[in-house]
Amino acid sequence: MVGAARNLAETPSFLPDRGIGPNAARCDYSFVTGTTRETALLSRQHWIPRAHALGRSLLLAPVVVTLTSCKQGVLDPQGPIGAAERLILLDATAIMLAVVIPVIVSTLVIAWWFRAGNRHARYRPDWEYSGRIEMIVWSIPMLVILFLGGIAWESSHTLDPPKPLASSVAPLEIQVVSLDWQWLFIYPAQGLASVNRIVAPVGTPIHFRLTSATVMNSFFVPQLGSQIYTMPGMTTQLHLQADRQGTYQGISAQFSGEGFSDMNFEFIAVTEDKFDRWVAEAKGQGGELDEAAFVELARPAQATGPSTFAEVSHGLFEHVASGHISADRHPQSSH
Amino acid sequence: MNSVNQALPLPAELPLSFRGPAPVRTVAGFGFWLFLLSDIVIFGVLFAAYAVLSGETAGGPTGASLFDRKHVLIETACLLVSSVTCGFALLAAQRTEKLATYFWLAATFALGALFLSLEASEFSAMIANGAGPSRSAFLSAFFTLVGTHGLHVSAGLAWLFVMVLQIATLGFQPMVGRRLFCFALFWHALDIVWVGVFTIVYLGAR
Amino acid sequence: MLGKLNWSAIPFDQPIVMIASGTVGAIIFLILALVTFKGWWPYLWREWITSVDHKRIGVMYMILALVMLVRGFSDAMMMRSQLALAAGGAAGYLPPEHYNQIFSAHGTIMIFFVAMPFVAGLMNFAVPLQLGVRDVAFPVLNSLSFWLTAAGVLLVNLSLVVGEFSRTGWLAYPPLSEIAFSPGVGVDYYLWSLQISGVGSLLSGINLTTTILKLRAPGMGYRRMPVFCWTALASNLLIVAAFPVLTATFAMLLLDRYCDFHFFTTELGGNAMMYINLIWLWGHPEVYILILPAFGVFSEVVATFSGKPLFGYRSMVMATMVICVLSFMVWLHHFFTMGAGANVNGFFGIMTMIIAVPTGVKIFNWLFTLYGGRIRFSVPLYWALGFMVTFVIGGMTGVLMAIPPADFVVHNSLFLIAHFHNTVIGGVVFGVMAGYTYWFPKAFGFKLNERIGKAIFWCWFFGFYGAFMPLYALGLMGATRRMQHYSNLDWQPFMLAALGGACLILLGIVLTVVQLVVSIRARHRNRVGADPWNGRTLEWSIPSPPPAWNFARLPVVVGTDAFWAMKQSPAGSGPGGEGAPLEALHLPRGNPTGVFTAFFAVITGFALIWHIWWMAALGLLGVLVVGLRQAWRTDSEVTVLVEEIVAFERRHAKQGVPA
Repeated sequence: MVGAARNLAETPSFLPDRGIGPNAARCDYSFVTGTTRETALLSRQHWIPRAHALGRSLLLAPVVVTLTSCKQGVLDPQGPIGAAERLILLDATAIMLAVVIPVIVSTLVIAWWFRAGNRHARYRPDWEYSGRIEMIVWSIPMLVILFLGGIAWESSHTLDPPKPLASSVAPLEIQVVSLDWQWLFIYPAQGLASVNRIVAPVGTPIHFRLTSATVMNSFFVPQLGSQIYTMPGMTTQLHLQADRQGTYQGISAQFSGEGFSDMNFEFIAVTEDKFDRWVAEAKGQGGELDEAAFVELARPAQATGPSTFAEVSHGLFEHVASGHISADRHPQSSH
Repeated sequence: MNSVNQALPLPAELPLSFRGPAPVRTVAGFGFWLFLLSDIVIFGVLFAAYAVLSGETAGGPTGASLFDRKHVLIETACLLVSSVTCGFALLAAQRTEKLATYFWLAATFALGALFLSLEASEFSAMIANGAGPSRSAFLSAFFTLVGTHGLHVSAGLAWLFVMVLQIATLGFQPMVGRRLFCFALFWHALDIVWVGVFTIVYLGAR
Repeated sequence: MLGKLNWSAIPFDQPIVMIASGTVGAIIFLILALVTFKGWWPYLWREWITSVDHKRIGVMYMILALVMLVRGFSDAMMMRSQLALAAGGAAGYLPPEHYNQIFSAHGTIMIFFVAMPFVAGLMNFAVPLQLGVRDVAFPVLNSLSFWLTAAGVLLVNLSLVVGEFSRTGWLAYPPLSEIAFSPGVGVDYYLWSLQISGVGSLLSGINLTTTILKLRAPGMGYRRMPVFCWTALASNLLIVAAFPVLTATFAMLLLDRYCDFHFFTTELGGNAMMYINLIWLWGHPEVYILILPAFGVFSEVVATFSGKPLFGYRSMVMATMVICVLSFMVWLHHFFTMGAGANVNGFFGIMTMIIAVPTGVKIFNWLFTLYGGRIRFSVPLYWALGFMVTFVIGGMTGVLMAIPPADFVVHNSLFLIAHFHNTVIGGVVFGVMAGYTYWFPKAFGFKLNERIGKAIFWCWFFGFYGAFMPLYALGLMGATRRMQHYSNLDWQPFMLAALGGACLILLGIVLTVVQLVVSIRARHRNRVGADPWNGRTLEWSIPSPPPAWNFARLPVVVGTDAFWAMKQSPAGSGPGGEGAPLEALHLPRGNPTGVFTAFFAVITGFALIWHIWWMAALGLLGVLVVGLRQAWRTDSEVTVLVEEIVAFERRHAKQGVPA
């Protein structure tokens, strides 16, 4: 086994018997299993092929990791913001791998070549400085960082969450309030509110204004891009857009207490007509979200499903955001 | 203090960093300087919090309406003069004059105690008028910043008292001398912090 | 009478907790009983508990950290197993209120009570030896620092049995950590135990900084100091500058919780964002406090086991000090998603990347140290090579997240978790293990078993990749941190893989204990002399284990790698200054101030947590009394006569000769 060329595809997956769903075939865990089995075979004579195998696994690990996760989440964006951010992720990774991989390989190669037993290697017991090498050694990281720094500055501005998206379509306004442990979405233009579900037309930029009626949370739809914190007494802003129809998972990405794990919502991107139909439907049923209803809604509740309100009192979001309506939150008491 | 790391006699033209372990007095003083710097960082954080929260009066009283600059002037005078008396105390200690040392230390104590009682009266008046630290973020920050300084002054007075007892019982041995020196550093540092406090908090109140 | 404390504080209805506490309690009882039965108390009290010797204190830090590693890792195993189970509709076996305490405890313990003591232990043990002096600047303070850390440990572990721990994550963001949202004692346990141990850390920082700057052997100018001492200096400067920020910030949160102040509350003007800024102003330097000494260990290990001086000494020193300064200018990258705006985000993103430059320089310099060397593959070098390969990946993902828009999609996800475990395990843990193996023979006079040592390395190495590579993937798939269950079944295989990796690490930890037992039993066969590794720095010039006074005569240093120079010079076989006559030495006497102060600190902390005000007052009074007793202590030294030194040297005559 040691010294044999290893083809990733031949290595069995981590759970041969369990067959967990369709993913067992998709996910290749060779970088975990292959090298683990070699632990028992470790000895100094097998260092070379070990190093190669190890090095190769390590080089391919990020690639494998990336490939297996590309069917969902951040690497499968459904909108322009997410797409831009994925591009940055991949480009920056590629640039850095160009330095990281040679470093890893040279570490292993140099360590092996200059092992004490190797009579071919030249021992230089007093070599401890070289101006030229120093210059290169400082320059390489500096150049990489210079380049990536430029990307960071540029993209911080182009992908700044409050920056509106360039579009010929008028943006849809949604106001977001994070509660314990639900999400309230107010559509001021349509005069309705939705709990734990966003419905929005495809290709329309959405302007979010966000706040929290409780502790800090973070509004995040991984397949659409950027997340942003929601904070009590403050308003944050975000712009996103979905370019393809579908249902996308939304979560809170900032731990907020007992019901945090259930604080999920759906983002459903539909055609214009389906959206209008949904609006009409929502306006036709459900109650009014006034201050009293809001306080009721804001009581601690976990794993509630989606629901809608047909009316929203004017300025409700602003009242919540300025702290004038506070959720009566006593986690130990149940009303 | 220990004399574990004894300095060896080496040529004087060598830079300090080459001369081996520094004498105990230097080591103690340097260590205490570092401690003071860390204490100043604490104050720095409290100043930053005060700066951030100084406008957050939540509809309650503002600094301008609460602070009495005359009061603060007297407090400042107390502290500044107490620094002078502390300096004299240290000089007297260096001359190993017990009575003079006691006198100047007592003067320092008295001035420090006066400062504290003035501050306590200011605080209790504010609290009685509904301007306590729970009223608003601004007041929380005020009471914490100025109160922390006051706590340091109180600790300093306690230390001062202990130093008087140490001089009385142990005399002017090197250990006591080092501690007195550190106390003086502490006392002067509190003065400097107070300058920051009355500038930013009281003079800068809006 | 007893504040908030009553019998309901003990979670009789939670079997896992009761079994765990019961087991720990039983083990502690057995140990205490064994010690009493064997009559070891006088020895332990005299030689260890009241010791102010930096070597003993260093060893005690390591023991404390190792014990807490077991606790912190149990939390990790519980987290991993819960997540492996709780997929789809499954609830797992740990309800949220329990799980939330576990991950909070895991982070708190690992950073404050494992990583910090490990690093402190190595620095305490090795720095005075490398500097060629007899102890740190303030030995009694050193003992106090250790015992205050132990006090923090005790309080955190008490929370398991009496009351609860915080459920707010390891940094306790408000408003969640405010009294309105966390009315229980958990956050108070967290805050008080960290305040107490934080004082210990600060004092240690002052102590070691003073030692490095003011106490070095004659002739050891700054440019002749070993690189480990430089990194220790940078780390301790950071402690002195950063820990007060933590103390002040926690004090403000405590005031909010206890006295109805409004620093970070939602109402009456509080500003939770300020807490986040302040806590990370401490938090980022904290990770450099941990990693810099690890870098120092690697510098020593790579140079020693290559048989060459460290490449680019001045560059390494400069890189270290640059990292030290820059670490204070990057804190906002921990919350790019808070919405500070493009300019602010961009600035901090760039600053974060800049800090990657000196780190990269260090990696290259280690590479060039290996180049042209005659490399001996001993266990410490395994850790160093494993680090070089692993840390760069963690660094890469760090620079990736330093680009704000990239961070927007991975912030607070398992990708972030993978990144910081990548750097902390690959950097700090590997460095600590390298240092532990490297300096163990110096501390105890015999080597650790090499074969088991290598097995431990491979367990950690593959265990790390197994546990955290899946987490990188999961983060990209949209999995966030701190979830107690998840609905996406696609994620479960990754969670299972991560559990597998964690089990491997568990094996590594078990083997560490096994290695200790095996090595101790074989110690007579594996005795070593002063210089088992053919070392380059001064600690290898004195016997193993060193006498209390370290150096009978302070060595006179003539260059970097002082001991190597002595070994090469025709005259030399031992520390310089041979001609100077032996003098009687004055060493600091053992002192119970540390342990007594910590005892009263525990009482005060516990009382404050439970609102038992009279007990808190008594505790503070106790601290005061102990302090006053110390103030009047005049018999603080013990004299070591020349005869004793000579007798010791004669007994260890052959140890004085380098291997």
